[in-house]
Amino acid sequence: MSVRVDHLSIAYRTRSGDVCPVDQVSFSVADGEIMGLAGESGSGKSTLGTSLVYLDMRMKHLGGSVELDGRHLPIDDNRAMRPYRMKQVSLIPQYAMSALNPTRRIRRLIADLLRSHGVRDREVMTELNRRIALVGLDQDVLDRYSFELSGGMRQRVTLLISTLLNPSLLIADEVTSALDVSTQRAVGELLIEFRDRGFSKSLIVITHDLAILAQVADTITVMYAGRLAEKASTGTLIEAPLHPYTQLLLASLPEVGARHDQVTLTGIPGRPPSLANPPDGCRFRDRCPFAFDRCTTVPPFEEVAPGHFVACWKAAA
Amino acid sequence: MTSLLRIDQVSKLYRTSNFGGGVVPALRRVSFDIPGGEVVTLIGESGSGKTTLGRIVLRLTAASSGQVIFSGQDISAFAGPRLREYYRQVQGVFQDPFSSYNPVYRADRVFELVRTSYFPHLPGPQWRDKIEAALRAVALNPADVLGRYPHQLSGGQQQRLLIARALLLDVKLLVADEITSMLDASTRVDILNLLISLKRAGLAILFITHDLSLGHYVSDRTVILRRGVIVEMGDTVEVFGHPRHPYTRNLLTAVPELHKKWRRLDAEATADAGGAARGPDGPDRAAGGPPTSPAVARRGRWPARTPRAAEALEPPPPLVPAGPGHLVAETDP
Repeated sequence: MSVRVDHLSIAYRTRSGDVCPVDQVSFSVADGEIMGLAGESGSGKSTLGTSLVYLDMRMKHLGGSVELDGRHLPIDDNRAMRPYRMKQVSLIPQYAMSALNPTRRIRRLIADLLRSHGVRDREVMTELNRRIALVGLDQDVLDRYSFELSGGMRQRVTLLISTLLNPSLLIADEVTSALDVSTQRAVGELLIEFRDRGFSKSLIVITHDLAILAQVADTITVMYAGRLAEKASTGTLIEAPLHPYTQLLLASLPEVGARHDQVTLTGIPGRPPSLANPPDGCRFRDRCPFAFDRCTTVPPFEEVAPGHFVACWKAAA
Repeated sequence: MTSLLRIDQVSKLYRTSNFGGGVVPALRRVSFDIPGGEVVTLIGESGSGKTTLGRIVLRLTAASSGQVIFSGQDISAFAGPRLREYYRQVQGVFQDPFSSYNPVYRADRVFELVRTSYFPHLPGPQWRDKIEAALRAVALNPADVLGRYPHQLSGGQQQRLLIARALLLDVKLLVADEITSMLDASTRVDILNLLISLKRAGLAILFITHDLSLGHYVSDRTVILRRGVIVEMGDTVEVFGHPRHPYTRNLLTAVPELHKKWRRLDAEATADAGGAARGPDGPDRAAGGPPTSPAVARRGRWPARTPRAAEALEPPPPLVPAGPGHLVAETDP
């Protein structure tokens, strides 16, 4: 097992108490696995991904542990995490498009980053040049400023930088969201290729777009209101989902080939509960057409078939 | 079908800030019709000029040349009461509902602004009835949204409220620019279904999007823009079912689908084109060929943006008929 997350809870401090967007989350990612993490806005997916690399001032580790390659990852201690970042775990944050410092040329940016992580290896730069060609960028990209690059080029540069030291785990948060379909496809395929070439042993790809995950991910985990709803292999999750939320979410996605006069798609009525004061039991209960009295207690996230985990009383029964 | 709005040879040049005053053509001689009561989708990637065209129709940007004809009249000549009359019939809704509202005021203030401009003498009770009718038309419960602040409403509710505002007027054409792209999947489709029901009630919609599957779901006619030039347009079923232009085909194979992998789509598109070599990766990858990097093999397909200033003065490639009501650009713009 490359990554094992066990009952992890992360909270944001607010003036009216802690808000808990990651609540008792447990899952594991195998070596060479691309795990897709899907969810709607406010489901906690970005918080979960970010917390594995960097807890910022607002975030608080409430409990649970993370193991990477069999070793404990001290995510609650920012200073202790520093040696792991970039070398063991790496994050492409959301809005990575604007993450590149506009006042430094890309070459300088990378050199600064490597120096601050104590990497003095000249070979890294040789490897960088090789990878630049691999992702289809020109060498002169290093001598440009970030604002001279198009969105797709910037996204590739951030991908290169974050995997330069071959981390065990790369967390890619919404890397395809602000891109055109054709660029989206190129970046999506690069994620697969980076895994194939071992530039990152495993990946967690966070997005709201299930269709992208259907293309790039090996397994998909669906998150709802701070908890995991379902995890399964991509094929199973798309073709035979068990959690009602996953089913309804898939039913609301239009596909090329679907016309309004042939199929009528339906949305999910209602909206996710507020995390400041979440309801008891299953958090999807209010919007779920199958809810029954047992749903007032929290359903466990259980393995119902090999590799298929669901948190739903109906599905597990 | 009579044309409600005609876009006739519209061009828009933006000046760049370079010394020497370069120009970038955002639109080059774009022409198409929006018939009354139909949904026309304008599809394009970023920089294709789709938003510029929407802004020109709404008179937020002036065209450099060409005309937009609404009910037989050139809209650029409208001013004063005539312009207000135009806005009574043509309204827009934009991408980001969160920034369409002033967070300091209650959300229903957008209705009040319409009232002061268009219904200053309407008595209160009748105005209230009008608002409630408009809210019901967008499937909102008045009690849920009236008197609330924007942050108390979900993105879907905010977007519906803006559509309801347009419905207060005698709107004939709604320009919907990426109105669902900030919404979650579970609420997005409700907005699309709302557009369809409004269309059935006689509203024409210019639906601007980068998302092909959304465009296919809602629209009657589709216009595909690339770098300010129409590459293909026609009946939606025809354009998506039998795409003729290589650019359209490329777009269709890049759309992520739930049940089909990208690679399979590639293989199908190649077969569709009569097995013609479309790229170095098509056939051999479908046959499980050597594990060359697909992304890199495809690198040549989307070249870096070429300097566009030189294109500014060139006429776009002519559109030729390719089927019933289906036009395709002769060459690659």
